[in-house]
Amino acid sequence: MGKFRENIIQPILDCWSLMVGLKITGKYFCKPLITVHYPREVIDDENLETYGGHVELIGKPKDPATPKCISCMMCVTNCPSKCLKVVKQKAPKPTPEQEAAMAAAKEAGEKVVKPKAPKNPAKFTYDYTLCSLCGNCIDNCPPKSLKFSNNMYWVATSRKEMNIDLLARLKEQATELSAPAPKTEAKPATAEKEA
Amino acid sequence: MSIFLQTLIYLVIAVIGSMVWLGLNALVLVYCERKFAGHIQRRPGPFEVGPHGALQPLIDGLKLMSKQLLTPDNSDAILYWLAPILSMIPVLALFMPIPYGPSVIGMDVNLGLLLILAFSSFNGLAVILAGWASNNKWGVLGAARAVAQTVAYEIPLLLTVLAITFMTGTLSLTEITAMQAGSILNWNIWPQWLGFIIFIIAMFGETNRAPFDLAEAESELTAGFHTEYSSMGFGLFFMAEYGYMVVMCSVCSVLYLGGYHDPFGGYTDGWWWMLLKTYALLFFMIWARWTFPRVRFDQLLNINWKWLLPLATFNLLATALIMKL
Repeated sequence: MGKFRENIIQPILDCWSLMVGLKITGKYFCKPLITVHYPREVIDDENLETYGGHVELIGKPKDPATPKCISCMMCVTNCPSKCLKVVKQKAPKPTPEQEAAMAAAKEAGEKVVKPKAPKNPAKFTYDYTLCSLCGNCIDNCPPKSLKFSNNMYWVATSRKEMNIDLLARLKEQATELSAPAPKTEAKPATAEKEA
Repeated sequence: MSIFLQTLIYLVIAVIGSMVWLGLNALVLVYCERKFAGHIQRRPGPFEVGPHGALQPLIDGLKLMSKQLLTPDNSDAILYWLAPILSMIPVLALFMPIPYGPSVIGMDVNLGLLLILAFSSFNGLAVILAGWASNNKWGVLGAARAVAQTVAYEIPLLLTVLAITFMTGTLSLTEITAMQAGSILNWNIWPQWLGFIIFIIAMFGETNRAPFDLAEAESELTAGFHTEYSSMGFGLFFMAEYGYMVVMCSVCSVLYLGGYHDPFGGYTDGWWWMLLKTYALLFFMIWARWTFPRVRFDQLLNINWKWLLPLATFNLLATALIMKL
């Protein structure tokens, strides 16, 4: 009896799964499309927010042109693709007054206070052609100064253009934020189309 | 004018008509296939050429025609180029005996059904010639696979068609259509529901459509018998396949769905009903293609020999018994 069930009954019952499959694809056939016709329309902001593009810096809340970055090099150490380059700032040359104060301190046998280097980096470059978007730099950043951008429509014609200066980008973004946003020509795909 | 000459002229017109019909169908079906596939996967399908990509198949055809015709080294050139032609030419003959309307018929012959079955088996010959003449072992293997499939699925197809002829007592497609006049209840699909299901499945196998498209599978099994064909050599096989699809769906709607008769009792008979039924079946074929995964080759043959053939035989015997009683 087991053989009969296995070889005769079960295949007939399995035919039902074919109907289920047809029902599913038929349902999807009737649903509206979710593809966005790119040059004519663009992704709406809500969906763009969840897009993880290349890595970029986050500015300080009070000074958006300066990154939160403290040049600790954690991102560079943790990057498996070696696509980030950070150069620390050097300490500024002491002014004559500071030099005098340092000399006085030295003579008095006190602790010499040298001027400290600013924490934010002098240079922060990023090679997108190498990046695998693993997000290790973001996870390991102590001051939370890195994030994925939602720069979806970035195209370049050469490898060099993909090697970007993140500090300059942050500055640009800061000035853009203060200026009124330019109007995009393509209209965003409406949310109701997604539903 | 002698009757002979009149018939000849009529035939020439019919052949040209079916050529046009075949070409148009190939264009429309390629477009429909891609659009349906797109919509099932919720993407737009061809969209850039023409309004909603409507000119895409024309451009594809143009591209196909402008490619170089290559003959592989050491291949049998005559057989190699005969194969696509042999696959294409019989399709034109297949459209002749199909009654698309009360007066829209190429050639009203008594043996219409036999003619269709005979000429459609030319495809197997074309496939094996193509595979053999290509001087390519994968081509031969692909041809062997395709022929094993076509021959296997031909048998249940014949048996179900035979059951219809047992019922109607004729091989003429016009007469079979005429017997289904009247309401939807007169259609052959009701007494022959099992035959209809077997016919549909065998139709998929016979026309090499997914989920039984092991003869082609251009992306997964590195094609098959047409591996070596370029340009319109491949294009002819391609067009022939769409031609066979249209023929099989037309035959199916004639045999089971009442042909050009309407379902309400014969008030609006005409070719529009035939087209509607044929295209509904074609739509179903495309729908099934984008729903079911491809079967393995042993599964394909098992479905045929273990299920379709016994069921078709049973259907035939049952029909014969009932008709005798």
